[in-house]
Amino acid sequence: MKIAVCVSHVPDTATRIKIGSDRKAIDPTGVTYIINPYDEYAIEEALKTKEKIGGDSIVYVISVGSDANKESIRKALAMGVDEGILLKDDSQRDSFGIAHALSDEIKSLGCEIAFFGKQSVDFDNSIVGQITAELLGYNCVPVVVDFKLDGSKIIAEREIEGGREVVETELPAIITAQKGLNEPRYASLKGIMASKKKTIAEKVAAKSPNYSEIVDMNLPASKQAGRILGTDSSAVAELVKLLREEAKVI
Amino acid sequence: MVNKILAILEQREGSLKKVSFEAASVASRLGKELNLEVEAVVVGSDVNNLNEISKYGISKVIHLKNSDFSNYTSSGYTEAISNYAKEVNAVCLIVGNTALGNDLAPRLAVKLSSGCIMDCVNLQVESGEVIATRPIYAGKAFVKVKLSSNVKVFTIRPNVFKAEFSEIGNAVIENKEISSPNLKSQVVSFKKSEGKLDVAEANIIVSGGRGMKGPENFNLIESLADSLDAAVGASRAVVDAGWRPHREQVGQTGKTVSPSLYVACGISGAIQHLAGMSTSKYIVAINKDKDAPIFSVADYGIVGDLFEILPVLTEEIKKIRS
Repeated sequence: MKIAVCVSHVPDTATRIKIGSDRKAIDPTGVTYIINPYDEYAIEEALKTKEKIGGDSIVYVISVGSDANKESIRKALAMGVDEGILLKDDSQRDSFGIAHALSDEIKSLGCEIAFFGKQSVDFDNSIVGQITAELLGYNCVPVVVDFKLDGSKIIAEREIEGGREVVETELPAIITAQKGLNEPRYASLKGIMASKKKTIAEKVAAKSPNYSEIVDMNLPASKQAGRILGTDSSAVAELVKLLREEAKVI
Repeated sequence: MVNKILAILEQREGSLKKVSFEAASVASRLGKELNLEVEAVVVGSDVNNLNEISKYGISKVIHLKNSDFSNYTSSGYTEAISNYAKEVNAVCLIVGNTALGNDLAPRLAVKLSSGCIMDCVNLQVESGEVIATRPIYAGKAFVKVKLSSNVKVFTIRPNVFKAEFSEIGNAVIENKEISSPNLKSQVVSFKKSEGKLDVAEANIIVSGGRGMKGPENFNLIESLADSLDAAVGASRAVVDAGWRPHREQVGQTGKTVSPSLYVACGISGAIQHLAGMSTSKYIVAINKDKDAPIFSVADYGIVGDLFEILPVLTEEIKKIRS
């Protein structure tokens, strides 16, 4: 079976965001980029799926973006993914643009299942997996914390408010991974060495319209530090009084 | 024919969720400003409080009905709503940004060849166009976005838009039976989690961090949360350490929350955590380190030993609430 895992390349979560001079994008100066944290769970699940199915299964890692994305592709290769594909586009695509490119590639590769992180921690839309699935006519279970594949039948648990929904569906399908789905493996030294030698296939990302346009980007108004009410439980009475009478939240 | 704006309502176990009333209010406001006819749409089997929607400026509710629609089915709901939206020429859809809305909205967008903006915290009409404001980088920044597609789908963050009363008499409820729904993908059961309240939905959150010193001390957090009818939250450090489940994690790789009160106990306030909670209306920090970054966003702080402070605070809250 052919398995895809789609990854994005995002600013490290420790980044202090600064807005660029055009107010349409962040200022990339000094920003360290990493593989999107949720994508590591997607890679692990793709590898586990391959190991379970066995035979001549193959896992492809696909990323849409610039040459810089190769770093995240190599990370996936080092973890054990077989082939890397970069769908090149230096422009800013919205979620639809990215999904169009990915669906086109997943289709031409003939992958029956694709794993995504549940969201990229940059724009936080958390919709690329669902859109890709709809474009392909695949089933899709997003925000998955437990995944079972039995023949072509899928039983997946997804996180919702107050619990988990158990969803039954079938291949072909897209699964988006939530933290807790698995424990991503560390790349072995051998894996890292091998990944450096692998060629990453470069293709031009399929054309697609962008539906959304960024009008402005800004930072939240910085909050003023409030009052320190004390250093022990003698401050509790005043705290409760303020919460009741000033904040009116209790 | 006047074009339509649809508020997509969410029901669980036959009752409309609070975010549905927020979506209804947003749709009726935008309807007025954009000169669109407003309708609400709900998918389900039996929904018992549909009448309530009339309080939020909605005069017509379409109930897309099937006995297989009591539980969510992404394929079935998507098909039923998108077919209806096409039939009535809907140009704008407002959906709650819940687990269901997050699954449903992008699929509807594809079916309607529309763009989709998620997790909006503000929707404003400027020169006839809807400008959406939404957090990015988990709230470290905000972006204003507009859509160029003919049909537009927006999801709204729960608890941010007010469900505004605007009584206009009884709403007309129109039932539409959906025959042979698409059930390719179906929810077969629900496993309720142990916690009473979910951080994503709670009005008050009490969170614990590494300063709690061990999972066994979280009973202090739970008691305070109980006294406030609050949800229990956690920092990434304690989730990664296995002290608390991931569903409680607040911050950039957990949940971004905006409750009216957030009480941070023994949380230093890493940038990823602050991003996820600094839009809370009021923040209380209890931490023994006076230099902890959490104090820079807190409205009220106590610099001290939480093991001494929390039990007293819990007792005090119980007293005033009894």
